[in-house]
Amino acid sequence: MADDLGLRVRRRSATPGGDTNIRRDGVEVAKIVDIDLCIGCKACEVACKEWNDLPAEETWNFGSYQSHQDLTPTTWDLMRFKEVDLDDGGLAWLIKKDSCLHCEEPGCLAACPAPGAIVQYENGIVDFDSSKCIGCQYCVAGCPFDIPRFDEETQKVYKCTMCVDRVSNGLEPACVKSCPTGSIKFGSKQDMVAYGHEKVAKLVDRGFADATLYDPEGVGGLHMMYVVPRGDMLADYDLPEDPQVPGTFFQALSGLRKLGSAATWAGMLGVGLLFLRTGRFRPPPEDEAVAEAYALDDERTVGPPPDDSAGAAGTAGTNPYDPPPPDDGGEGRTR
Amino acid sequence: MAASFGRGAMTNHWVDFKNSDVFLVVGGNPAENHPCGWRWAYRARDERGAKIIHVDPRFTRTSATADVYAPIRAGADVAFFGGLINYILSEERYHADYVKLHTNAAFLVDEGFSFSDGLFSGYDEAAKTYDTATWSYQMEDTPPGEPGGEGGDSEQGDDLPAGTGGGEAGGDAAPFVRQDPTLEDPRCVFQLMKDHFSRYTPEVVADTTGMPREKFLEVAELFSSTGAPDKVGNLVYAVGLTHHTTGVQIIRALGMVQLLLGNVGRPGGGVNAERGHANIQGNTDNAISWEILPGYLAVPRPGLETIDDYLEGVAATGLAANAINFFGNNYKAFLVSLLKDWFGDAATADNDFGYAWLPKPAGNSSWLTAHDEALKGTLQGLICFGFHNPAAGPDSNRMIKSLSKLKWMVAMDPLPTTASEFWRSPGVDPAAIDTEVFFLPCTHWIEKDGSFTNSGRWAQWKWKALEPEGEIRDDHWVLAQLHLRLKRLYEEEGGAFPDPIVNLRWDYSNAGHPDLEEVARDANGYDLETGLLVDTFADLRDDGTTSSGNWIYAGSVTEDGNQMQRRQTSDPSGLGYYHGWGWSWPLNRRILYNRASADADGNAWDPERPGIRWNGRNWIGDVPDFPPTSAPEEGKGAFIMTGEGVARLFAPGTLTTDGPFPEHYEQAESPIVNPVPGGRRERHPIAHLYDGAQETFAPVDGDFPYVATTYRVTEHEHYVTQHVSYLNEAMPEFFIELDPDLAAQKGVTNGGQVKVRSMRGEVQGVAVVSKRIRPLRLAGGKVVHQVGIPLHWNYAGGRRAAASMANLLTPYIGDATTRTPEYKGFLVDVEAATERRE
Repeated sequence: MADDLGLRVRRRSATPGGDTNIRRDGVEVAKIVDIDLCIGCKACEVACKEWNDLPAEETWNFGSYQSHQDLTPTTWDLMRFKEVDLDDGGLAWLIKKDSCLHCEEPGCLAACPAPGAIVQYENGIVDFDSSKCIGCQYCVAGCPFDIPRFDEETQKVYKCTMCVDRVSNGLEPACVKSCPTGSIKFGSKQDMVAYGHEKVAKLVDRGFADATLYDPEGVGGLHMMYVVPRGDMLADYDLPEDPQVPGTFFQALSGLRKLGSAATWAGMLGVGLLFLRTGRFRPPPEDEAVAEAYALDDERTVGPPPDDSAGAAGTAGTNPYDPPPPDDGGEGRTR
Repeated sequence: MAASFGRGAMTNHWVDFKNSDVFLVVGGNPAENHPCGWRWAYRARDERGAKIIHVDPRFTRTSATADVYAPIRAGADVAFFGGLINYILSEERYHADYVKLHTNAAFLVDEGFSFSDGLFSGYDEAAKTYDTATWSYQMEDTPPGEPGGEGGDSEQGDDLPAGTGGGEAGGDAAPFVRQDPTLEDPRCVFQLMKDHFSRYTPEVVADTTGMPREKFLEVAELFSSTGAPDKVGNLVYAVGLTHHTTGVQIIRALGMVQLLLGNVGRPGGGVNAERGHANIQGNTDNAISWEILPGYLAVPRPGLETIDDYLEGVAATGLAANAINFFGNNYKAFLVSLLKDWFGDAATADNDFGYAWLPKPAGNSSWLTAHDEALKGTLQGLICFGFHNPAAGPDSNRMIKSLSKLKWMVAMDPLPTTASEFWRSPGVDPAAIDTEVFFLPCTHWIEKDGSFTNSGRWAQWKWKALEPEGEIRDDHWVLAQLHLRLKRLYEEEGGAFPDPIVNLRWDYSNAGHPDLEEVARDANGYDLETGLLVDTFADLRDDGTTSSGNWIYAGSVTEDGNQMQRRQTSDPSGLGYYHGWGWSWPLNRRILYNRASADADGNAWDPERPGIRWNGRNWIGDVPDFPPTSAPEEGKGAFIMTGEGVARLFAPGTLTTDGPFPEHYEQAESPIVNPVPGGRRERHPIAHLYDGAQETFAPVDGDFPYVATTYRVTEHEHYVTQHVSYLNEAMPEFFIELDPDLAAQKGVTNGGQVKVRSMRGEVQGVAVVSKRIRPLRLAGGKVVHQVGIPLHWNYAGGRRAAASMANLLTPYIGDATTRTPEYKGFLVDVEAATERRE
């Protein structure tokens, strides 16, 4: 998708090395979402759709201000709303922008067996190239943040690109541009981290003793960070305390036994051979990390659709967590 | 606000929010409904450690990001503010020097003025009106000795940029008001106010509003901390306060809070009305309101047959020796210049500048009244520009009935509206409707040039972004054609009273489709002797040698160009004035009444946030809302628009129709009998009752026990965005918010269906069951549940066109003074529903 953007690539999935002659002189970019300033207006959701030409989906009110129950292959940015009782008797209405966090050590890329289907540019952006995606969904399993979504129709996986086409032309991502309160900021990783630390200090002064900058080390840091005023409530924000990079493809293979059918194995064979030729490009991570990453898969749930008369089967039909039917799974995965 | 300060507009502006120490947001939801402006409040919090208090019936996205949230029963706002005033006075948290210098606290009030059992003196029970004769000041026995100068004209500040050098009181001086600077006289405003509000104790506030006493005290303590001279508090409100029978009194009450705390006229302070959409302020400025002409000049009433009558009837006279009374003294110049703009050469001194051609309506012409007349058959035709009468309500069923009694109706809008489609709305048989309905597709604002005036009075020019499609026309094309064709009919066929039509000046370069910048130049005004655009309203004269379509916009388009198009981003003071960006009325002043930002000596109350200050020769800082060279020693009053020269804690005479001090009354529909001691047990004493409306109001303790309120959500703009697929995706459906206790009682589940009924109608939608809505405990331990109903969905909407509209439920009654409908705080019943309704 983005090979023609003229950006230097740091890593390609299932490909040894990066661009070999890169001097690491490029600026790493980052977004930061200051939750203290976020009002949940969803301007970012709409801007994301408009810029990326994503269709409006049929949604329904399921007893919440949240527009969709989950991210979908065509909804890459979702404001999640959650009400939590506070110890002092008060109420917190937690609002979080949910979209790709662009890990410095991207689990999706590490897990991806298709050469070049996932790339990480030198500026830190992690992008999917649909033309190379084989639809195996290992990236879905490999993501510690549950972000990529599989599209049954196209048999590809999709997620936020951080508007890499805008960024490569000197513009900020569309969500940043649309944010009315300045809650989503964009700049160099260094500047955004500095903003985060400064803001956390202000929040502590304002009484948010647990305020934190969410930029976890287990994934090498993020290119979309959060300032979280209630840092003691990360779990309520569905932000894992200590996310880890899952394994490379080879570590992933060992974990696949519990996922795959024979058809899957057959479908993956050709790709696997390719890997044997190219070899792995990263040091092996801890086995536990792999196990944990795949364990996430079991915990995933998707809310039920509303009653049938809503006619809103759009997202339900593309539930990325329904296991693929065994008899066509293999074919789907080698497409 | 005009009754308190002299002008009906947000005193400060959005960027100025960054200068505040404490925000008190009541009856507003800026995070959702004014997100772009509200960013400046967050700036204040990030940079100054400001605190945000949110008082609202619902815990909204504003509450979610506020420091303090306090619940309140919809319709109990006067009691809350009354309690705040009482707290400020009894705990001596007021800014004493400010109150003495800049308010009418010291003015003595007529001995006949009184208050008992919730009524002010002069009440006529039978007519349900007040004789306001006793709502007046005590006047000194003799007129002041000095007769003043030669009138205003010679005083105009010809070489002064701000040009507000209004004249002294004219030759026929009236006596001035007696004052007691010690504020101890029992008849002075300060003492009467103290007495009036002493009933609003924290306990009474809790009993009436449902806000827990401790929460009220927390709010009162925090906000009244801004009574210190070096602290500034910002009071923010929106239609959550105006949509009541007591709307005007609520705004009066919060104005009093800000005056007592010394927060008006200062950077970071003020009374800040957030306007509903991009140009509501511009609409009001240009008289899209029944009681005003452009620039807030009064609509003449019967009996005011000449300009002289009119001036005597409506223009303020100087009531204090130091009052500048700029508005009152220049009223004639502004009116005559308006008449010259409208009637051109046909307006001459000999014919009183065509004043006789202005309508002088005897009655109320609010839209509630207009639709009532339609219902009665006395109004036969209606032209609706961008107006969703049935969806906007109140009492949509009654609105539809009114429209069906019209002979003809024209709807002008980019998209179908509930007005254009009323004849085939749910439950209506098109065959039974005789109204002839015309739909004229008109351009959206994005398809034409023009100016927007935002809440903070900043007029900003914008350019057409899209070419209109098909045969769609500009609204002003339609208006021009209508005028030209009517004029031709009058010229060819004569008719009764053709004068206002045939004499209307219409010399636009393209008469059939005027250029909007040309119209803007007319609004600015011309010196008719030189043919040049005027620079300020100080240039306007009362002898017919100047024109101005709207005196407050004088200076917006000058010989230097269209000031509204400016986009300079420099801000040397750092206070966010941005004087080179766009243009704000009046005269690019960014903060109204900014003389009040300084003390008697002209020094800023807070040197770090000066509004204007005296440098020995001039007032500097913001563009002064004051004669720029009038030294502090002259002691002129800071509020140049009032006859008092100061702001009004007590609003005398006819400034309001329902009392010089705010008083809590229960609404048309209320779950309790007014618990305020010494208050009126019955409803509002003078709210106008339309025929047949009262029968549709639910009684206390009847079948409709729950309090409902209507509102907007951030994902939609009124009714039009129902046609925008991405926004429908973001907030897809009509829903109803209720608390978990009530939901459990009724068997309603989150995400399930719920039905809400009032005496007037019924709606059904998805239940959003949430602790964000909470039951409130009122007097006697009575627990009241509240229900929230957003208003965007309607039968003319796009994909999710629905039968349910929030205003099917609301009562047909308006504010006692302005007739703004009572959309907030009415009674409903709730039941679970099973079938989904599409």
